[in-house]
Formats: sequence, C-alpha cells, structure tokens
Amino acid sequence: MTQHDGAYFPRDRNWHPKLLTPDYKTSVLRSPQKPLISFGNSLSETTGPVFGHNDLGELDSDLIQNYARSGESALGERIIVHGRVLDESGRPVPQVLIEVWQANAGGRYRHKKDGYLAPLDPNFGGCGRALSDDNGYYAFRTIKPGPYPWPNGVNDWRPAHIHFSLFGSGFAQRLITQMYFEGDPHIALCPIVNTIKDPQAIDMLTAKLDMNNTIPMNARAYRFDLVLRGRRSTLFENRLEGN
Amino acid sequence: MVKFEYLKETPSQTAGPYLHIGCTPNFIGNDGIYARDLGSSMVAEGAKGERIVVSGRIFDGAGATIKDAMVEIWQADADGLYNSPEEPRGDADPRFTGWGRQPVDMETGVFQFETIKPGQVPFPDGRMQAPHISLWIVARGINLGLNTRLYFADEDEANAVDPVLQRIEHKHRIQTLIAGKIDGGYALDIYLQGDNETVFFDI
Repeated sequence: MTQHDGAYFPRDRNWHPKLLTPDYKTSVLRSPQKPLISFGNSLSETTGPVFGHNDLGELDSDLIQNYARSGESALGERIIVHGRVLDESGRPVPQVLIEVWQANAGGRYRHKKDGYLAPLDPNFGGCGRALSDDNGYYAFRTIKPGPYPWPNGVNDWRPAHIHFSLFGSGFAQRLITQMYFEGDPHIALCPIVNTIKDPQAIDMLTAKLDMNNTIPMNARAYRFDLVLRGRRSTLFENRLEGN
Repeated sequence: MVKFEYLKETPSQTAGPYLHIGCTPNFIGNDGIYARDLGSSMVAEGAKGERIVVSGRIFDGAGATIKDAMVEIWQADADGLYNSPEEPRGDADPRFTGWGRQPVDMETGVFQFETIKPGQVPFPDGRMQAPHISLWIVARGINLGLNTRLYFADEDEANAVDPVLQRIEHKHRIQTLIAGKIDGGYALDIYLQGDNETVFFDI
C-alpha cells in the first residue's frame, strides 16, 4: 500500500451547480431526478489516466499560433492565461493535463454546429492543452474570446469564457468548467454562470487581470488558479487482519 | 478551536455543445492541431484479454437521443489492474491504456469503444467487485459530469455480490447498469431522467 490510496474528499454538491437549474433550459430534461448513489472510493475511482509530454505537441499551449498559417497569427486581444492547479489541501498538482477550448475574438466557434453570423478567423482553431509543471503551474497563450448569443432566453449572451477540462490523478477528480474574465458585465446576467449559487464560487471562476505577468508590448496576462479534490490520508483504513 | 484551512474545489460548469473543439477536434474535422484525438484508441497490438466493443446511446427525459454528449471510460485491464501510478498492486498491461474518450455520433447518438473485458478489482474492504467499466458523461445541459458504471450481463454471479450494486436500495434499478450481450460486445443505453433512469453515482 502506498500513502496515496486515500479516498477523495466528498464533493460539495451545493457549491457546484445543481443538476437541475431551470433557467438554463437544457438542464431540465438532462438532469437525473433520482438521488445519486454514494459509496466509498475504490481503486476504480482513485486511479486514473496520466499523460506525458509525448502526448503533446510543441505549439499545443499557444492558441495564437497552433492553427495559424505560416507567418500569420490569430486576430484579437493577445493574452496569457496562467495559474496553478492545487488540491483542496493546498498542495500543487503536478503533471495534470489541462485542455481548453474557446470561441474566437468575435464569439464564433470553429464547429460545424455553430451558425452564428460572426466570421471564423482563418488563423484560429480554438483549442489548446498543457501539462502543469512540478509546482502545479500552467500557462496558455491565446486571444480573448468574444461574447456570443445563444438560444436560451430571447436575448441571452454568454460572457467571454474559456472552457477548461482537467484530469487529476484519479478518475473521481475529473472536472470540466469555464473561466470568465474579471469585470465582464455579462457574468451577472448569464443563466449558465448562475447555475452556481454561491458568489464566492462564481468569483473562483473569474480570472483576474495580472499586470505583473503581462508582457509589455506583447500580451496581457490573466491569472486563473484551479483546485481539484483533495484526498484523505489512510491512517485508519478498514482492511482485513494481516493485510 | 483549530481552524482547518481547506480550499474549495473549482466549481463545475457544463461542457457545452462545442466540447469537441477542445476534446476531440479531429472528430469534427478541426485537424492539423493534434495528431490524434486523445483516448480514441485504448488497445495496442498484443494486449491481453478478450476484445469487446462497448456501445450505447444516451436519452434525455423526453426520450430523445442526445447527439452532443461525450463519454469517457476508465477500466482495469484483463487481470484487474489499472494502468495508473496510483495502482498499488502491480503493473498493468502496457498495451492497454484503460482510458477511452468518444463523442456520440452526431447523427445517430451512438457512442462506441473498442476495448477489452476488464478483470475484477477489489473494494476497500477486500471484497471483489464484479467486472465493470466506469463512465463519465458530459454534455450541453449537464452542469456537473455524471458518473455511472457499466456491468456485464454474462457476469451474474459476480454482479450478485458486487459491493457497489449492493448499495442500490431499489433492486429493480440495478438492471440500468447491466450491459446486454450483443454480437461482438455489449450495449448499454443510458437514460438521464424518467421511469428507467440510469443509476448515477456520487463518487
């Protein structure tokens, strides 16, 4: 037995959005109505896939360049999005895979199902990925996405946002979320943001302008730290005599 | 009073309708960025065990097939070992990743994994779990990824004593997790809501 096989802290499902949030209309028919069944973590939950640098390409974390034609680059506000991945005990989570996707500067996604009239940027694909380093740090270079309208209410617009997908060390830590930008007035109006009830939880999804890490005459920086589930130690784990 | 200093977990948000852009870009034709979609292939030549295809569909509360979901699976190898540094019992088969990711087909709503049938894995109290595959489902309209499991219809004996299935008080609901045997593998339809609602777990 290693020191790592403790179960994860239970998820606080009042901090996360509930599954049924009627103002976000699609959730109404896509939310289970029966209670979730709880059980203590087994190896099926505490283990999970890991990824290495062999899985990643050189430009994967640079969305300004990774889809651009030779000598060109994506249009829009050039930004660096960076931060740390920690667990709930405040420990850095190293070598965690972070995947991001987003619309272009005009709010248009490179996806066949997106019919918004704002044009595609021929030099912007909108996806990126990175591994956190030994101290849990990660960074992306991208352009700030635009807000876009969506068919929920008659006149609903998503705030500018970047989708984040994270792996931890166990499958039970798997998480997808969205990052918003400090000061965006659409945050308070958005039914998807407001699936989260606690203002502090919304604040946790709001990246802060980080002038100290802005590169003069090149790109502004936004800081976005992420927290994955922590895990218990195994001092009193129940196991058979002699094991 | 001792004050415990814990951070809160980053709250979840829906993956939205365009999750393919970030997770399976080649699947929607956004190629040239990643060589291949992560998780699209789980089994390398020479992997141990019985090769199977696991497939299914996902239905909403009105009985409509969901066309924009993504499913990830995590499972042990044929000997019941996980290909993970957190696996304390030994090295899993290096020719099997244990992790797969597939979007549902945008026309038919079918998801499909080419994998191997998993061996048994112990529960923390030492009892053996029946062979199973862990599933994680995300989509537009799902605010926090849904965890469920797939068990196998031809493992009646093991299923009957599985510690997780035994946690399900309403026994008639257990069948929502049992994949039926079909030609070449197993199929399990998932119902997010309603009379035949699939059992989802808080893990």
